[in-house]
Amino acid sequence: MLEGTLIYGFINSVILMLVALGFSVTFGISGVANFAYGALYIMTGYLAWLGLHALGLPYWIAAPAAVAVTAGVAALIYWFILLRVRGLVVSEVIATFGVGLAILELFRYLGFIGFEYTLPPLIDASVMIGSTYVDAQRLCIVGAGVVLAAFLWFFTHYTKTGLAFRGIAQDERTALTLGINVDKVAAWSVAFGAGYGALAALMILPLGTIAVSEGYNVLVNALAVCIVGGLGSTVGIIVASFLIGFAQILTATYLETHWMMIVSLVAILAILVVKPSGLFGHQKQLEERI
Amino acid sequence: MAKRKERIDRGIKVRSEDIFALTSWREMLYLAAPRVVPVLALFLLGLVATPYWERVLITTCMFALLAISWDLLNSAGMVSLGQALFFGVGAYIAGTLNHYLGLPPALTIPIATVGGGALCTLALLPVLRLRGIYFAMVTLILPLMIERVIEATKIFGGTEGISGLSTMGSVHLEFLVAAVLVFVALFGFRRMMGTDYGLLLKGISDNDRAVMSAGMNIYVYKAQALFMAASVGSFAGAFMTHAYQFVGMPVFALDYSIIPIASVAVGGMGTLAGPMLGSFILVPLSELLRGLGGLRVVIYAVILVVCTVGLPEGIFHYLARKYNQFERWVGVER
Repeated sequence: MLEGTLIYGFINSVILMLVALGFSVTFGISGVANFAYGALYIMTGYLAWLGLHALGLPYWIAAPAAVAVTAGVAALIYWFILLRVRGLVVSEVIATFGVGLAILELFRYLGFIGFEYTLPPLIDASVMIGSTYVDAQRLCIVGAGVVLAAFLWFFTHYTKTGLAFRGIAQDERTALTLGINVDKVAAWSVAFGAGYGALAALMILPLGTIAVSEGYNVLVNALAVCIVGGLGSTVGIIVASFLIGFAQILTATYLETHWMMIVSLVAILAILVVKPSGLFGHQKQLEERI
Repeated sequence: MAKRKERIDRGIKVRSEDIFALTSWREMLYLAAPRVVPVLALFLLGLVATPYWERVLITTCMFALLAISWDLLNSAGMVSLGQALFFGVGAYIAGTLNHYLGLPPALTIPIATVGGGALCTLALLPVLRLRGIYFAMVTLILPLMIERVIEATKIFGGTEGISGLSTMGSVHLEFLVAAVLVFVALFGFRRMMGTDYGLLLKGISDNDRAVMSAGMNIYVYKAQALFMAASVGSFAGAFMTHAYQFVGMPVFALDYSIIPIASVAVGGMGTLAGPMLGSFILVPLSELLRGLGGLRVVIYAVILVVCTVGLPEGIFHYLARKYNQFERWVGVER
C-alpha cells in the first residue's frame, strides 16, 4: 500500500513536472503569459488522434506533426495577438485565456467527447516493481520527464537561444542593447513552450481519454507548480512538482479524489500569501511589484 | 505629405464644463442627453418587452452590476479574474438564509449584500498586497476552489444545489428594482470616482508607491474599494438567486467571471459606464445566440480576444470622443 503510494506519487510528480515545464518556458523563463497553454496541450492530443484515425497516418508521422502544428499555432498566437498587447500584463492574460477558451470550447462543440478519443501508448506492457504493477507508459513518462528537464536546464544555461529566453524576462531593454530581437525570441519561446507541452501531452494522454475539461486542469496544475516553485527556476519546478504531486496522491489515497485539485489550488494560495516570489524564485523585479 | 489627426474639444464641451452651462438650454441638453437618454431607454424597453425579454433585461442589469464592480475594483488597482467569487458568495448567503431560516427576499438580499461584501473582503485581505497578475490569479482560483469544496463536502445541497426558493413577486417588480439599482450604482460610483476619495483610489492603481509616500495607508483604501465592489457583486448574486429561485454550484462558474470582463473589454474600462454599455451589448447578444449551443462560448471568447487586441480603448471611449471632440487631418511639417 505504502509502496504503491510512493511509486504512484513519484510518477504523478513527474507528470506534473512534464506539464509544468512547457508553461514555465514561456511564463517563468521568458515572462510571457501564455494562458492558452492548457488548450494547446489538449489540441495536440486531438491533432494526433485525427492524424492517426482520420488521415490514417502511422504514429511516427502523426505525433511529430501534431507537435509541430501546436508549436506553429502558438507562434501565430504570439505574432497576431500577444505581440499587440505585450507589456499590458492583464490584457496578455485575458487575450490568451480567450484564445484557449475558444479552442477548447470549439472542440467541445465539434463533439470531441467520449471514450474513443485515446492515444496509443508507446509500449503496451506492464512491469512489476516490488509488489506494484506499473504499466510501461508510466515508466516512459518518467524517462521522458528526466530527459526533457535535463535538456531544458542545459538549453537555458548553455545555448545562446536559451540564454536569450532568460534575458528578455530579466530586462527587455538590456536584451535589446545586446542584439537580442525581443519579439522574435519571445515568439520562439512561446512556440518552444507549446512544443514542450505537446510532447508532454503525447506522453501523458495515453493514460486516459482526451477530454476538454482536462485543458483547464492542466493550466491550473501548471500554474500551481510554476508559482510554488518560483518563476524562472528549473530546480524550483522540480521541487514544487514533487511537493504538489505527493500531496495530491496522499490526499487521493487517504481522503477522496475530489480533493486532488483542491491541493494545487491551496498550494497556489498559500505560496502567494506567504512568499509571492515562490520557493526558489530569484526574480527581484517580482518582489518589487508586490 | 505626412498628416496627423488633430482632436479638439468642442466649444460647447469647454463651456459646459463650467457653471455657465446653466445659462443655455442647448448646453444643458448637451450635458443631460447622454445621461437621461439611456435611463429612459431602459425603462421604455422594460415596458414594451415580452416577459421573456424582461427576464433577459434583468439578467443584463445584474451582469452590468458585476461589470461595474469589476471596473471599480480595477480603478483601485486590483484586477479580478473571479467576479464569480462575489456573485457566488452573495448567491449562497441569500439562498441558505432563505432555505434554512425562511427569511423573505426583502431581508436576505440586503444581508447577502453586506455580508457577502464583508466575507469576500476578509477572504482577500491577506492578498491585498499582491498586484496585477498575482492578485488576478488568486481571484481566479478562489471560486474554482469553493466550487470543488462544495462538490467534495456536499454542504448546502452539494452538486444538486438548493431549489424552490421564494420569489420577489412579479417580474415587473424585479425589473424595476434591477433597473433602478443599476443606475444608482452607475451614477453613484461615477460621482464617487470624481471626488478626492476616488482620485485616491485611482492614484493607487496608477502608482501605489507615490500614494504610500504621501502618507496614505493604501491597504485601508484598497480594502474599502474591495468591500464596495464585493457588495455590488454579492447583491447581483443574491438577486439572481431569488430570480431563478435556485442556488447551486453554477453560481461559481466561469461565466460570471468571463462575461463581466468581456463587457469591460468591449465597453472600455475606467468609466464604469463603458462596462455597463458592454454588458448591454453582450448579454442580449448571447441570448440571441442561444440556439447555437456550445458555439456561444466560442463566439464570446473570440469577441473578447478581438476587442482586447483590436479595440483596446473600448466602445464607450470611442463614442465619448466623437461626442466631445471634433477631429480633422492636419499636415505635419518635417
